[in-house]
Amino acid sequence: MKKTFGGPAIFLDRSDINTDEIIPAKYLTEVTKEALKPYILEDLKLEGFDPKGQALKNARVLVTRENFGCGSSREHAPWVFEVNGIHTIIAQSYARIFRQNTFNGGMLAIELPKADIDRLFALSREGAVEIAVDLEGQTLKARAGGREETLRFEISPFDKALVQAGGWVEFADARY
Amino acid sequence: MGKTIAEKIFDAHLRDEPFSGTYVLDLDRVLCHEITTPVAIADLEWRGKDRVFDNTKIKAVIDHVTPAKDSKTALQGKMLRDWAHRHAIKDFFDVGHNGVCHALFPEKGYIRPGFTVIMGDSHTCTHGAFGAFAAGVGTTDLEVGILKGVCAFRKPNTIRINLTGTLAPGVYAKDVILYVIGQIGVNGATDRVIEFRGNIVDEMSMEARMTLSNMAIEAGGTSGICLPDMTTVDYLWPFIQNDYPSKEAACEDFRRWHSDEDAVYEKVLDFDVSTLEPMVTYGYKPDCVKPVGELAGARVDQVYIGTCTNGRIEDLRVAAAVLKGKKIAEHVRGIVSPATPKIFKDALKEGIIDIFMDAGFCVTNPTCGACLGMSNGVLAEGEVCASTSNRNFNGRMGKGGMVHLMSPATAAASAIAGVIADARKL
Repeated sequence: MKKTFGGPAIFLDRSDINTDEIIPAKYLTEVTKEALKPYILEDLKLEGFDPKGQALKNARVLVTRENFGCGSSREHAPWVFEVNGIHTIIAQSYARIFRQNTFNGGMLAIELPKADIDRLFALSREGAVEIAVDLEGQTLKARAGGREETLRFEISPFDKALVQAGGWVEFADARY
Repeated sequence: MGKTIAEKIFDAHLRDEPFSGTYVLDLDRVLCHEITTPVAIADLEWRGKDRVFDNTKIKAVIDHVTPAKDSKTALQGKMLRDWAHRHAIKDFFDVGHNGVCHALFPEKGYIRPGFTVIMGDSHTCTHGAFGAFAAGVGTTDLEVGILKGVCAFRKPNTIRINLTGTLAPGVYAKDVILYVIGQIGVNGATDRVIEFRGNIVDEMSMEARMTLSNMAIEAGGTSGICLPDMTTVDYLWPFIQNDYPSKEAACEDFRRWHSDEDAVYEKVLDFDVSTLEPMVTYGYKPDCVKPVGELAGARVDQVYIGTCTNGRIEDLRVAAAVLKGKKIAEHVRGIVSPATPKIFKDALKEGIIDIFMDAGFCVTNPTCGACLGMSNGVLAEGEVCASTSNRNFNGRMGKGGMVHLMSPATAAASAIAGVIADARKL
């Protein structure tokens, strides 16, 4: 299914956030994506972050630092974002399996250089950040407190094709 | 220009290059367990594509929560079991025959040099110990693997890690890999293949190589590969003896996968491990590592010996040698999970189970168990476990619990002392 991208952003200012923090293993006994919804980021301990708070509920974009999604291969991690309406993740870098799982589900795992991630975090200190994504043009527009940042992003042609196809199953089924 | 083992395996399995830098590989093995496979099965059914590409190349096991602990895990097992029967997947392992996937599948001889292997489990990199390209994937990759027998990867840029010197007595593969992760960091090999080389690897048993390869993912590595040699042949011989006239012939055949002398590596790292001490993690990332002496004396509530990292017979032998004739501390809950039924039976025959039980350990059936806090051995808030597993993430073994990763020898010593302890000083 095709996804929509962009919207209000939540910022997680830490590197190496792992998949156990995103969705603890005890919830892996669920066999539907929807059932994961209440448990998003339940075990993440981060100053100012509340996994049950309104900021996370409103978020459609997640911005974070390095090596996001490290650890387990569980696709429950991108799924818990998907069922909570977060289809766009922006980070300085990702763990390989998490990144692939995100694109495989037709969602965006955008990678930006440190300087650009720093600019987004700086913008978040001016107020609530709204991010618009132009996948074709490979640009992001981030707005907060009357200020706007436009950032260009790189995406591999394969990852872009997965997002446009709606995911890897659709892509592979049409081709192999 | 020469090629690495990973590049040779990619070349031999390339189905498609839909875009420059994207390699779609044919798969020799698609391995499945009951946690990540049921959602793939349900999705295939929903799409009207409940098919498998080759039921002899798919292997399945119920290992994470077994026997089922509640209705939800019973359903996961049932979904995998019904699917395996529906598609006549002969190599499906259920209660009575099941064990930890990354110990069971190698033991059955399913993994061979030069193979491409995926599984919906991050520790699939373990199988790289056999000279295979083995990668953990998510459920969607698994689903496409089941349906089409392919998986997509980026170019396998390789970090070569040369491990040289002589391991001191009481220092094991687990200490080596914890040290390496401590040096390169949890992000040190992300999107890279690690090739483990050097005399230390050459001298290791297959069990020790599996411990090494198992934790490649904890440095972010896609796969952790050891070159196949006579040790690999000896391990696989019962399964390949009809394919080759002699072990030497098998070894020679496996050599075609070896990285060329002039292969190009992204990075080459040299570690002389002669002065290495037993290593233990602190904190909540596997790269937070210190020599055991610096953490000795820290209280533990539980000791867990088992898992896909260190639940093999060699590991149990090492722990039993430390435990023999001793009792574990009164306040410590000792749990051992032999990783497969064969390991369990061998441990019984060798008197190892007696040693564990006489010391005060609880022996469980083969399962992933306490490692990820899904079934037995869950920690209470504020409790600490000395564990032979591979992950010390916050809450991994139970909300608010803490895990120190270490070798089976250090775990056994810590069980006796009731605090983190150096087995060499007991």
